[in-house]
Amino acid sequence: MKHGKWPLILTFLVPPVLLYVFFVVSPYLQAFQISTTDWLGYSADANPVGLANFKTLWHDDYVWNALKNNAILLGLVPVLTIILGLFFATMLAMGGRKGRAGVTGVRGGALYRTVYFFPQVLSVVIIALLWKEVYHPNQGLLTSAVHAVGLPAPTWLGDPATAFWCVLAVMVWSNVGFYVVLFGAAMSAVPKEIYEAVLLDGASRFTTLRRVTLPLLWDTVQVAWVYLAIFALDGFILVQLMTNGGPNFSTDVIGVRMYDTAFGSETKFGYASAIGVVMFFLTLSVAVLSLRIGRRERIEYS
Amino acid sequence: MTTLDRTTATAPTPVTTGDRPVRRELGVANTLSHGFLLLWGLLTVLPLLWMFISSFKTNGEILADPWGLPGALRLDNWARAWTGAHIGRYFVNSLVVVAGSVSLTMLMGATAAYVFARYEFRGRQVVYYLFVGGLMFPVFLALVPLFFVVRNAGLFNSWLGLILVYAAYSLPFTVFFLTAFFRTLPTSVAEAAMVDGCGHFRLFFRVMLPMARPGLISVAIFNFLSHWNQFLLPQVLMQGDDSKWMLAQGLFALSVSQGYAGDYARLFAGLSIAVLPVLAVYVAFQRQVQTGLTAGQLK
Repeated sequence: MKHGKWPLILTFLVPPVLLYVFFVVSPYLQAFQISTTDWLGYSADANPVGLANFKTLWHDDYVWNALKNNAILLGLVPVLTIILGLFFATMLAMGGRKGRAGVTGVRGGALYRTVYFFPQVLSVVIIALLWKEVYHPNQGLLTSAVHAVGLPAPTWLGDPATAFWCVLAVMVWSNVGFYVVLFGAAMSAVPKEIYEAVLLDGASRFTTLRRVTLPLLWDTVQVAWVYLAIFALDGFILVQLMTNGGPNFSTDVIGVRMYDTAFGSETKFGYASAIGVVMFFLTLSVAVLSLRIGRRERIEYS
Repeated sequence: MTTLDRTTATAPTPVTTGDRPVRRELGVANTLSHGFLLLWGLLTVLPLLWMFISSFKTNGEILADPWGLPGALRLDNWARAWTGAHIGRYFVNSLVVVAGSVSLTMLMGATAAYVFARYEFRGRQVVYYLFVGGLMFPVFLALVPLFFVVRNAGLFNSWLGLILVYAAYSLPFTVFFLTAFFRTLPTSVAEAAMVDGCGHFRLFFRVMLPMARPGLISVAIFNFLSHWNQFLLPQVLMQGDDSKWMLAQGLFALSVSQGYAGDYARLFAGLSIAVLPVLAVYVAFQRQVQTGLTAGQLK
């Protein structure tokens, strides 16, 4: 009756493990090794240089510039996205107040959610290319709108002063809808009586959001924070397709720097891997830090 | 606080609530909130709508009046994008690769997850954490070595290479999600089947897999979208032979060539072609897509 479990364990586990070790584990391990070499190109020799790449990196102004931009993204994209996400989710969940102190969703809430969520389904490539046209300095949607109001329009992505903020706006734009749905799902798990009690006590919407909703949703917000932080440290596709880091490196991010070093204008594989290693430790520390700082007592309601 | 209580009763229709001070305040808040909701809705829809409308305009119309409507439904823009810019071919290419990679991911992810969830053996934890640990690593870190691993395996510029790589990089999340899901399934059914003489393999394919359907669907949607939208991996692993490109690469090339040729209508048509099927799938499976992706978030 029992044929033993090993035939199944082996047939089920060996192919995935082989695939995974070959394409994922081994490249990750090699990356650390390559980062300590001066490997320059497709066939050139790779000599071990110890930590020289990391020293160069430390003095590389382009890398620092890219990191500075990532830091600004890290400071703003999660905050803006989460605030907007919470705001709209609250509006949708409690915008309409019907019945005696009842808390109901706004009319057409499902439609709003459907529309808001849609950018999340779109390829980042499409989002980047579409917004590049929206920002087009001549016949872009935005430019002509500003002209129509009678104001002089900036050149958006063409101007080092504005380009970065234009990219940042697209990052927020493409993410908000997702978090509206995510927070909305978390809110629907909160018992309505809590909100009704708060309303009866005469709390304003803002107080409700800050004192009741946010603490109750803290776990979800924290997850959102970690994910958005990782997103902000990346940003590669949007930046590469919209501005390729320009103009004058004003939108450069560390991912573009790495890609450019390895597959773009240069083929410095050793150095690019060193940038990759730095990215890994940055991502890891940001994730760990946000989880640490954000740790709070978990609120259970049943 | 009965006054507030009563105002909340009539607040949803702000037009009729202007007669009392407290009410008006809430009415204004309501109009405001609706206003914000609508504004964001417009912000989301407008660029996409503009893209669709512009895809029917001539380049002259696009340049002269970006906000205007097309003089006629010019489908030749779409034809130029579909055949001239090979968007049709790239579309099919992506479809083939993603069909392969999602199937492979699901097969390997489900089998591995099942073993982790249901079988006890030495070293299980180590192998499990080897997979799940992959969630912490950014793909960027592996990019340079991956390029050579794929090239040395003779899989550079090949769909099979992409399929294998997509599947390999999707395993951490798929295994993590499905292991948790298999653990939630009741053990009694499996035990009953075993008592009835059901073998290990049959048990998996005939009993456990059907029971895990909701979880499988969520994670399949998640994987489908992330493979379909992949840009970085094909950009690195599919650099040559442009007849084998993925849709994302084709769109990028279209955008680059638009910069020289000034054929905006063709670019908008190409983008529309890429958006339409996604829109259709989204509208049809909205609920599953939203739960699939939000479940993916909470990894």
